[in-house]
Amino acid sequence: MLSELLQFLFSGLTVGAMYALAAVGFSLIYSASGVINFAQGEFIMLGGMSAALLVQAGVPLPMAIALAVLVAAAAGLIVEKLAIEPAGNSEVVTLVIITIGASLTLRGLAEVFLGKGNHALPAFSGEDPLVIFGATLMPQSLWVMGVTIVVVLALALFFGRTALGKAVLATSCNKLAAQLVGINTRFILLLAFGLSAALGAVGGILVAPMTYTSYDVGIMMGLKGFVAATLGGLGSGVGAIVGGLLLGIVEAMTAGYISSAYKDAMPFVLILLILFFLPQGLFGKKTTDRV
Amino acid sequence: MTMKPTTRGFLFLAFVLAVLPLALPNGYYYDLAIRMAINASIAVGLNLLIGYTGQISLGHAGFFGIGAYASAILTSRYGLPSGLALIIGAVATAVLAFAVARPILKLKGHYLAMATLGLGIILSMVIINETELTGGPDGMPVDAFSLFGMQIVGEQAWYVVVALILLLVTRAALNLIDAPAGRALQAIHGAEIAARVAGVDTTSFKVRVFVLSAVVASVMGSITAHYVGFLTPGVAGFFHSIELVTMVVLGGMASVFGSILGAVVLTLLPQLLSAFEGWETVVFGLILMLTMIFLPRGILPTLRLKFAGRAA
Repeated sequence: MLSELLQFLFSGLTVGAMYALAAVGFSLIYSASGVINFAQGEFIMLGGMSAALLVQAGVPLPMAIALAVLVAAAAGLIVEKLAIEPAGNSEVVTLVIITIGASLTLRGLAEVFLGKGNHALPAFSGEDPLVIFGATLMPQSLWVMGVTIVVVLALALFFGRTALGKAVLATSCNKLAAQLVGINTRFILLLAFGLSAALGAVGGILVAPMTYTSYDVGIMMGLKGFVAATLGGLGSGVGAIVGGLLLGIVEAMTAGYISSAYKDAMPFVLILLILFFLPQGLFGKKTTDRV
Repeated sequence: MTMKPTTRGFLFLAFVLAVLPLALPNGYYYDLAIRMAINASIAVGLNLLIGYTGQISLGHAGFFGIGAYASAILTSRYGLPSGLALIIGAVATAVLAFAVARPILKLKGHYLAMATLGLGIILSMVIINETELTGGPDGMPVDAFSLFGMQIVGEQAWYVVVALILLLVTRAALNLIDAPAGRALQAIHGAEIAARVAGVDTTSFKVRVFVLSAVVASVMGSITAHYVGFLTPGVAGFFHSIELVTMVVLGGMASVFGSILGAVVLTLLPQLLSAFEGWETVVFGLILMLTMIFLPRGILPTLRLKFAGRAA
């Protein structure tokens, strides 16, 4: 009983950590620009795919990981520069379609250049599972959770202690006021895209040893990251992390106790119920419209 | 005699639809025209919601799926007449859309996008997983559409049917926009709170348009199921929802004829892109981005502005 519950909790937290990283990425871009970036899932895919292929080509694992994060970050910067910036202050629907176009382009490029096959990354430190109260825990899960904690702490430091981090917060709070005190908000937007692409890639690389990766995994992962970000309340960093973990656990419990066929549907059922009763998500601020 | 521009547009559409068969050399082109007309009807309905009322939906393929699978399942597994199956599908869609509309349409912007996206994905997953009824990912065959013992067979017959439906939907949409209800919808798009202050029951209008556009999608789903004769869960999927929204936005939000144009372009595009072996997705994505960046108002309104500018 307990070991079963613990087992589902472990796998939930592992996937949840990746959703959390993706959700923080969504939140970051949303704060800096008010855009929901539907290409976020493709950054996750790019990270996992590039790392797996580099390792296959004989590049040492740590080097491959660093390069894969750079590839995804570069893709994020390019998307912002070529697609988001020229669009300026278009309507939400227009921006949504632009990021969907960017996502299709990235997926298509991955299909052409990286191929249609499934790829796996070797586990970072062996495949021998740890047994805790009868539940098995893969070492890779510890990597996923550990790195996520480190990344979250680093982000907290960045936003709390550095001038650049505070500039991002200021921009998300009030763009015009931020410009008036001399913050280059264009650069902040670029930074947000690069950073959230890198975050997505880290998540994609971390889970690649446990789930196979291929050119089309980005759609579902991106959508679930969006669910996690909305669950917590768009634009809330803490909300994104809690939302991601919650989503991972709910999904794992559904797969374990209810039906594995409907595990992918559960996040969407959850988000509908939450939005019905808490239209701003769990941690979102209530906004009032100015008329 | 002066005619309203919309009346002129409607007559032009009717003329094109009537003359088009003369220019269609074979079944392939008929098939393309039929798909265009089906997509155009859905896009016109969806535009009432997105373009005129300003509410986004990323889940309309789900409603399309309900209609399609209701027709397929009720006719082939329960032996119901196809007309009745179509109506049952439409009623089921209307009931579902009505039930979720109030809480969903309270949401704004990205939260509304998320909720409609979630609804669409749940519907598509039910279709994929209920293998006994729907055939699951392998899909299921659908019988021909028959009404009073007459079957609609062949591209030419189907062309007449979908062309008439498109005309009907277009006329209905144009009438609705010109009616006081249409003015209310546009007021909601412009400034929802101002509309409410001016006495428009905004919630009720939004709900009604949501249900209307969902029912149009459902009916076209039924039609598509019978026309194609085979269904796979992809018709209810996220990507199909995106395609439908793109037709509306690409053609021009708040422009009935823009939606038709958007549907024509987006139906044609994959056919043209098959020349780019392997690069289809890349080129499709690039075209989406470029049109939205350079023509953010959509094709038709941009063209109209250009011509108006020249005339003045």
